[in-house]
Amino acid sequence: MSSRDLMLAALRRNAPAASPLPEPSAAIVYPDPQKQFAEVFTSVGGKFARVAGREEINSELEKIEAYTQARKIASLVAGVGKSNLDVNALKDPHELEGLDVAIIAGEFGVAENGAVWVPASALGPQRAIFVVTQHLVLVVPAREIVHTMHQAYDRIRFAGLGFGVFISGPSKTADIEQALVIGAHGARSCTLYLVG
Amino acid sequence: MIGHAEKAAPFAANEERAHWHDQALWFVRLKRDRQAESIPEWEELRQTASAIKAHTLSRIADYLEEFERNATKNGIHVHWARDAAEHNAIVHKILADRGITRLVKSKSMLTEECHLNPYLEERGIEVTDTDLGERIVQLRHEPPSHIVLPAIHLKKEDIGELFHKELGTQRGASDPKYLTEAARGHLRQKFMAAQAGLTGVNFAVAETGGFVVCTNEGNADMGTSLPPVHIACMGFEKLVPRSKDLAVFLRLLARSATGQPVTSYTTHFHGPMRGGELHVVIVDNGRSMILGQETFRRSLSCIRCGACMNTCPVFRRSGGYSYGYTVPGPIGSLLAPLRDPKNFASLPFASSLCGSCSDVCPVKIDLHHELYAFRQEMVRSHRVPLGKRAAMRGLSYILARTWAYRLAGGLMRWILPRMPRALVYGPWNPWGRQRELPPMPRQSARALIQRDLIEKESK
Repeated sequence: MSSRDLMLAALRRNAPAASPLPEPSAAIVYPDPQKQFAEVFTSVGGKFARVAGREEINSELEKIEAYTQARKIASLVAGVGKSNLDVNALKDPHELEGLDVAIIAGEFGVAENGAVWVPASALGPQRAIFVVTQHLVLVVPAREIVHTMHQAYDRIRFAGLGFGVFISGPSKTADIEQALVIGAHGARSCTLYLVG
Repeated sequence: MIGHAEKAAPFAANEERAHWHDQALWFVRLKRDRQAESIPEWEELRQTASAIKAHTLSRIADYLEEFERNATKNGIHVHWARDAAEHNAIVHKILADRGITRLVKSKSMLTEECHLNPYLEERGIEVTDTDLGERIVQLRHEPPSHIVLPAIHLKKEDIGELFHKELGTQRGASDPKYLTEAARGHLRQKFMAAQAGLTGVNFAVAETGGFVVCTNEGNADMGTSLPPVHIACMGFEKLVPRSKDLAVFLRLLARSATGQPVTSYTTHFHGPMRGGELHVVIVDNGRSMILGQETFRRSLSCIRCGACMNTCPVFRRSGGYSYGYTVPGPIGSLLAPLRDPKNFASLPFASSLCGSCSDVCPVKIDLHHELYAFRQEMVRSHRVPLGKRAAMRGLSYILARTWAYRLAGGLMRWILPRMPRALVYGPWNPWGRQRELPPMPRQSARALIQRDLIEKESK
């Protein structure tokens, strides 16, 4: 017998009596999910701004030093940012090294934890972009804020997805004496524009 | 066999550091409380999580087959390993067949348990742990002392000295921001040069054939989206039935672990990266044996958040190394002796049975009840030292008989104050090593109460 079959046989032999699979109970509903999202996203080290339309983002970006000083910018959001790197032409994810700013569309945000769902389709051909970039900018429609993770998973379709990530603020660590340091391996900053 | 208390002695001897450790972990516990209180349905969530785990374990073989079918459809290669040796051999073969000699790892307690790093290094593969805390302990040739905070036993000065030696940072520099920046540069080179990335698995989903990895640093994401080969190693108990179950566990995990609403990155893998390969190794390594034990099988529900360690008054004051096992603290005090009762017989006693661990456990493992049950098992199987067994037997004889209790109490009140100190605090009194016995009362409580009653009557 293969290891697989031996393992499965042992698990069948030792399994306890069947118990029911529960449904998650009712969850918190925020009076103002956009406000809740903004508060949590800021509390996890993210920078948050509400804008009326995409055009406004371009003027907002000019206020960010990391953006104005950036040499390499890649935008995957049409009409946003002075993109000077065509990620679609990249054959190898290692070519992303040296990218200063990446601008990416988030599909929706989660009010309870400030997480933004970014599916593979929003990342272009090299999914490493969201973590290799030195600074990350996320663009999320204001109407696309759900209350909790329960609603989030009701929306996500995994068939054919391949890859997807919840991003909640910048990369961080507290592994040295519990002191919070922003910018461990991934983005040193994470700026989010909630549009509409 | 050296017991927990003996191994804790050097840690406890450095009072200042032990105090810092205690306070730092308690602070994490308080952050956890604030997050738990922000969710009105927190207790229902814990109950649901516990029931999902119980259900999954009751049908685990079926769900694993479902996972394998769906993962295979997603282009994931699924491997099965009955023990650590087979797990290590599978990982090595994947690397060796492709001529890979540089591997970056994100945190995986399973590979610690299997001692994968030394196995691969002996075979010429450079293994770099990329979680900052894990990189620190790897450079010190130490295991992690906590499953979520691997370097919590160290002070920034220790790390400054280590980085000066290993990474060339300035001598005497100990600013966490500066040291983290140095590690970032060092590890980015490792990520860029790696030929494969290895991660653990926080949750795998039977229904969708994919899995989730949570980090704050983004190291799992760097390690799995730059090199073309990704190997993920999981104990079979990481499986949940449906994607909607992820909502329940992800709401609990980071809040319980570090008091954050969620980790910075919660990454869902449902297939290899473009032009790459994705392998999942499903490991038993003693878990099916635990599944067969009715009293202890709930320990398999553990999602490795570390909340039981942060709250445990024993862990906070004795440090992770005193447990001598990959997973320390209350949950480790079950898992370790379940695997190896001979060498870890003292761990179920490394607890005050206060129940704080059970109170914070996000999947409601009845930790302190199981620890108590394990103690009884240890006594029955004679794994408790003879002296302790004899003392317990004597004490239970006395406590069960009124006349013996009265006699013993009277003798103690009379003899103890007359005995020389050296005799009372001899090596046979480990309790008195760091504590003073209270002065002996002249009368027993019984006598005092009786006198009181007589006085009241006479009034």
